[in-house]
Amino acid sequence: MTFSLTNLANPTRFLNFAGTVIPWLAALTVLLLGVGLYQAVFVAPTDYQQGETVRIMYIHVPAAWVGMGCYAVIAIAALGTLIWRHPLADVAAKAAAPIGAAFTFVILVTGSLWGKPMWGTYWVWDARLTSLLVLFLLYLGLIALWQSIEDPGRAGRAAAILALVGAVNLPIIKFSVDWWNTLHQPASVFRTGGSTIDPALLTPLFVMGGAFLALFVLLHLIAMRAEILRRRVRVLQQTQVQQAQIAQAARA
Amino acid sequence: MLGLGPHASFIIAAYAVAFVALGALTVATVADDRKQRRLLADLERRGITRRSAKPRPAATPTVTRTAP
Amino acid sequence: MKAVLALVRRDIALSFREGGAIGVALGFYLVVVAIAPFGLGPDLNLLARVAPGLLWIALLLAALLSADRIFHNDYEDGSLDVLAMGPLPLAGVAASKSLAHWVTTCVPLALLAPVLGLLLNFPIHTIPLLVLAMLAGTPAVSFIAGIGASLTLGLRRSGLLIALLVLPLYVPVLIFGVSTISAAVTDPVRLGRRFMLCAISLASMVLAPLAAAAALRTGFR
Repeated sequence: MTFSLTNLANPTRFLNFAGTVIPWLAALTVLLLGVGLYQAVFVAPTDYQQGETVRIMYIHVPAAWVGMGCYAVIAIAALGTLIWRHPLADVAAKAAAPIGAAFTFVILVTGSLWGKPMWGTYWVWDARLTSLLVLFLLYLGLIALWQSIEDPGRAGRAAAILALVGAVNLPIIKFSVDWWNTLHQPASVFRTGGSTIDPALLTPLFVMGGAFLALFVLLHLIAMRAEILRRRVRVLQQTQVQQAQIAQAARA
Repeated sequence: MLGLGPHASFIIAAYAVAFVALGALTVATVADDRKQRRLLADLERRGITRRSAKPRPAATPTVTRTAP
Repeated sequence: MKAVLALVRRDIALSFREGGAIGVALGFYLVVVAIAPFGLGPDLNLLARVAPGLLWIALLLAALLSADRIFHNDYEDGSLDVLAMGPLPLAGVAASKSLAHWVTTCVPLALLAPVLGLLLNFPIHTIPLLVLAMLAGTPAVSFIAGIGASLTLGLRRSGLLIALLVLPLYVPVLIFGVSTISAAVTDPVRLGRRFMLCAISLASMVLAPLAAAAALRTGFR
């Protein structure tokens, strides 16, 4: 997808762009999801160590890519709001937060469902899981902040600051959680895989990754369009009230 | 064909949770988009339009908008 | 610098004259630590083991209790607008107010911690270190709370919102704060992490006021 950010700065032009892209992207998403799910469930061989549970990885790992990448999108959009004052940046950030939260939720749940048969428990305070839990909490904080501030302009800038504070903190949190984890659990828990992954396992993984990425972009575009329209509705409703007041004053 | 081994319930549960969560997200997003489009169309039908929108044939006065 | 000191002194004087807030925070700290054994059981060994974490978590909650007051009064009566137009940069204002919160809330809480530690069978000889660790770590608590307070300025339910926004950011403080203390109990040699705690505090004292100032600007009408 090639588009220029300055061209799309105009919300109306963005709406036109979204209108043409969304149906195609929806078709692509369905196609990729179909192929990816088929491969993940029927084609991919079982892992000699994880057995059939490796199939959980085909949703867990792509969800992790998207869930974490989504925070990067929000952080870049936050820069766009604060530095370049790009008119769509806070729309993009606001639309991305619930999607990121949902994907992170999927990471946490599928991870814990994988952990029960593999580690014998639903939850371990493994460094990665713990960092993702904190990421999930950051998403919730962003959503809560957006819902609490009525004025979209102020909400956008406040959330952008919070997103950047979170972006600065995430590496520190990751580092301290890693450190804390090695202190408490000396290498008893370690992920299998990682070293040598068979290509037969990789293909479905990448197809699912592409499917989740397409799903993310699709949902993000739809949510951005909804957000732009919501702001228009809001402005029009305000002018409607103003009109009514003027008319009333004229009659009196 | 679907021999999921001893941990079948965990695998099915994982796929089900992912499906429900992402499905709910999709439904909510699309529903919100539809709702906003309907609201906007409703307002425009009543003659309340944006300054930059094309003037409608019906001779209702257009309203200037204050913010983007 | 003189302006910062004047502002800090004014805020401290105001909060002491207003009263109440410090007492409430201290009382809250006491209550949280006091009811914990009813949930955990009266086993003194267990309590001694969880004491550092419990003392830190309760301190964070107690400090957040008054966090929404950091800018609130000055916002309500308009002095914040005056300060924003004054010679002191807004980040300096934010820093002074966070510092005042530290002096009036976190320092008393840190000084109360040893007494509560005794309730939890915390070894007496490590108490000086407990207080030191808390004094070293709590500046980060106050300054990060300042970000939360400035983001939620003038909103309804701002207190709850601050907790949701800020508590995840406290993870590093909590980890290094607790491990500083428990390291003192188990192996007093490896105390290097205490410097980690100081580093986090210093970094947040520098960076957090910048974020808080930016957030305050979004709140001005």
